Amino acid sequence: MELNQLTIKNAKGGLKAKKFSSVELTKACLEQIKKHNRELNAFITITEEDALEQAKKADNLASQGQAWETKPLLGIPIALKDLFSTKGMKTTAASNVLKDYVPEYDATVVKKLKDAGAIILGKLNHDAWGHGASGENSDFGPTKNPWNKEYVPGGSSSGSAVSVASDMCIAATGTDTGGSSRQPASFCNIVGLKPTYGRVSRYGIISMASSLDSIGHITKTVEDSALFLNVTAGKDANDATTSSKPVPDYLKDLKKGIRGLKLGISRKDLENVDDEVKKPFLFAEKQLKDLGAEIIDINLKYSDYAIACYYIIQPSEVSSNLARYDGVRFGSVRQNFGEEAKRRIMLGTFTLSAGYYDAYYRKAMQVRTLIKQDFENAFKQVDAIISPVSPTLPWKLGEKINDPLKMYLSDILTVTANLAGIPGLSVPIGFSKGLPVGMQILGQQFSEAKLFQIGHAYEQTTEWHKMKPIL
Amino acid sequence: MIYKTVIGLEVHVELKTKSKMFCGCSADYFGKKPNAHTCPVCLGLPGALPVPNKTAIDWCIMIGLALNCKIANFSKFDRKNYFYPDLPKGYQISQYDQPFCQKGVIALSNGKKIGITRVHMEEDTAKLTHQGDDSLIDFNRSGVPLVEIVTEPDFETAKEVVEYLKKLQQIVRYLGVSNADMEEGNMRLEPNISLRELKTQNSKLKSELPNYKVEVKNINSFRFVEKAIEYEIKRQTEILNVGKTPVQETRGWNEDKQKTVSQRIKEEANDYRYFPEPDIPPIRLSEFQISNFKSQMPELPDLKLVRFTKNYGLPRYDAEILTREKELSNYFEEAVRAGKTFEVNAKQITNVIINKKIDIENIMPAELIKCIVISKKINILDNKKLSEIINKVINENPKAVNDYKTGKVQAIGFLLGKAKQHFPKGDANQIKIALEMKLK
Repeated sequence: MELNQLTIKNAKGGLKAKKFSSVELTKACLEQIKKHNRELNAFITITEEDALEQAKKADNLASQGQAWETKPLLGIPIALKDLFSTKGMKTTAASNVLKDYVPEYDATVVKKLKDAGAIILGKLNHDAWGHGASGENSDFGPTKNPWNKEYVPGGSSSGSAVSVASDMCIAATGTDTGGSSRQPASFCNIVGLKPTYGRVSRYGIISMASSLDSIGHITKTVEDSALFLNVTAGKDANDATTSSKPVPDYLKDLKKGIRGLKLGISRKDLENVDDEVKKPFLFAEKQLKDLGAEIIDINLKYSDYAIACYYIIQPSEVSSNLARYDGVRFGSVRQNFGEEAKRRIMLGTFTLSAGYYDAYYRKAMQVRTLIKQDFENAFKQVDAIISPVSPTLPWKLGEKINDPLKMYLSDILTVTANLAGIPGLSVPIGFSKGLPVGMQILGQQFSEAKLFQIGHAYEQTTEWHKMKPIL
Repeated sequence: MIYKTVIGLEVHVELKTKSKMFCGCSADYFGKKPNAHTCPVCLGLPGALPVPNKTAIDWCIMIGLALNCKIANFSKFDRKNYFYPDLPKGYQISQYDQPFCQKGVIALSNGKKIGITRVHMEEDTAKLTHQGDDSLIDFNRSGVPLVEIVTEPDFETAKEVVEYLKKLQQIVRYLGVSNADMEEGNMRLEPNISLRELKTQNSKLKSELPNYKVEVKNINSFRFVEKAIEYEIKRQTEILNVGKTPVQETRGWNEDKQKTVSQRIKEEANDYRYFPEPDIPPIRLSEFQISNFKSQMPELPDLKLVRFTKNYGLPRYDAEILTREKELSNYFEEAVRAGKTFEVNAKQITNVIINKKIDIENIMPAELIKCIVISKKINILDNKKLSEIINKVINENPKAVNDYKTGKVQAIGFLLGKAKQHFPKGDANQIKIALEMKLK
């Protein structure tokens, strides 16, 4: 196994045991980036020199011992979605509007990752501003799915999923406003987390839709995901929407197993799912049962309205959040906004306008409350809910780009978690036609530990997560 | 034709909190180097988020309570979306339909009650300066906490408006939450003025409002408010008298021209696309918290005035002067306490403070009492009489005056002696100071 193929856990083990150095590990990742980024287009910015310098420092610190206590990611090379502000390092939002923008400050999560000793390899491609489900809306060109380069890797965190799936880095950050971490993870056969709203600080991460944005990450295993959240989670004085609930050790209950846990399935929502996805999902259901979980049918009454509700609230907030990009103080002129951003600005401006607000925005907020209650009721019966991540397999590049509505509908199974503010974990559950399929595990607010517990138990009995694409 | 003037007021009061409304930057921007007090939040940089200043919210609620408002159990911030270079986020964080305080009332001296529609919290914008073809932006003011106080259209004269404004200024100063200095721009006002036609002089006042209103901006002193309102009444009357309706617009007071000038004609209401600010969770206040606020309110000028007349037996006129500023009223009460042991009563203290125009920053209350005790033996002189005598002495002794002015400072002794003859028991120091002032 190449060094760049390691998980966080194994890389840490190797570094601690001095089997290899962080410089070697970082070089292996940079090598892989050089080999494949031209084709896959996962990175917008690569910070080779800086990364190697940081790796050297990490090796020095590691040699002094003890550093591992306070620096759980010491020497681990990761990459950041280009929505994360990085001090002195270009942060483009994958849009021409910000193509030369260099932030004055680090996002809280970036600071935490740096403090934890992580090595930043560079900034990752994604749908501009986070708008999209295929990665094709980037002004820096589309990212390709490593499992089949004619197919989309999902979005918006396209580069995050691809860089991890193709072993260009050990882990990557992502954001998830309507499925942007979970869906590309499922399209690329890796693990994606959308934490509870308010669990991870949004400060310094370019806002898409503030009431829906969750700061997630993409890893090779569930255990890595838990390890990563241990670093990023927690109250931030700079983000008033973060919760002061104590952060548990997410690794603690990881290996507890799932015997006796109740898992809910909303059968009605499977009707919209293609057979190529449904089959592996139903098989995963059986595997979970074999592991001792009890499967219970639940009824999410309002899930049919989720997409409509989401595509009112989200563009409304987008239209307001993008107002600051007026080209007056930083960035370039507004003409540089892409089609999708313009579409959402217009949609949102319309739905917030006097005379339409009540019919659209207010109504959507009311539906949102019902969807939230739907989940609250469901979690009275079950410990978690499982469902496919995407109703379809990854599609061909260009296939949906001229049909925005079709593209929006691919979010149908993921947006509910954002509307309800609950966490979701996406794990690989197999392949159809050579393309990956993923399952999401949804839990009540702040139940990430339980999601890891379920995901890990499942992962232990399957080999899917170990499959690597041939690049 | 007879018209009734209808005036409503919007007043913005800038709070003097240490930090800004949504970030840790200093809120003290007056006269500071441009853009020295800025950070990602008040510059509206990508990814920056607002965190509300608790003190500012507390102070907004205190202002609401002082204006007898109902305090909301549930309140939230909203985004007011519009483009302007002084607004870095493209929206102002304000409060739309659920402000902290609503439905208050304040009484004027004629007994008339002015309804307070709402008191809400928002952030100030940056400051634009235009130099030739360039426009410069100073973000030091961006995000400074502002409290907006909106009244019902209950005012009928400029005098009422000015009285209300002075009262409001006094209240926020009493609360210690703002300097409320109009020249420095930490108290800004926008009256809405229109005229309603009365069929007969006795027509009901509470009938429909006129179908237009004129907003006047750029008023930065009490004197200008009065002039601007008087001018508008005259201007609008003339238009109405020829059977026309004044244009609904925003006008600005031009002090040089002594008139209001049209600034912007509002063709339709701006659509600010308000929606709840998703970056700030709603604020919930329990009845317990609200009653806590109430119990922590300092004594306000109206009540203090009543207490001064009652407890100290002061005439209303004196009590009014003493309570005009919190510092003076505190000074007075401290002096009263100090005076007790020396049998100096409140009335004597009042007389000295008011008539002798005591400099309360430099003479401690205890010192004042000491002076009063001494002056019972040595007269503290009446300023007016002293001034007459000094004029007389100066006129009668031109040589000594000339000597003094050409540098022979000791000549003052001669003049002092002359003056002292008129006040054998008078305080020599007081006379000397008065002399020196005159000779300056």
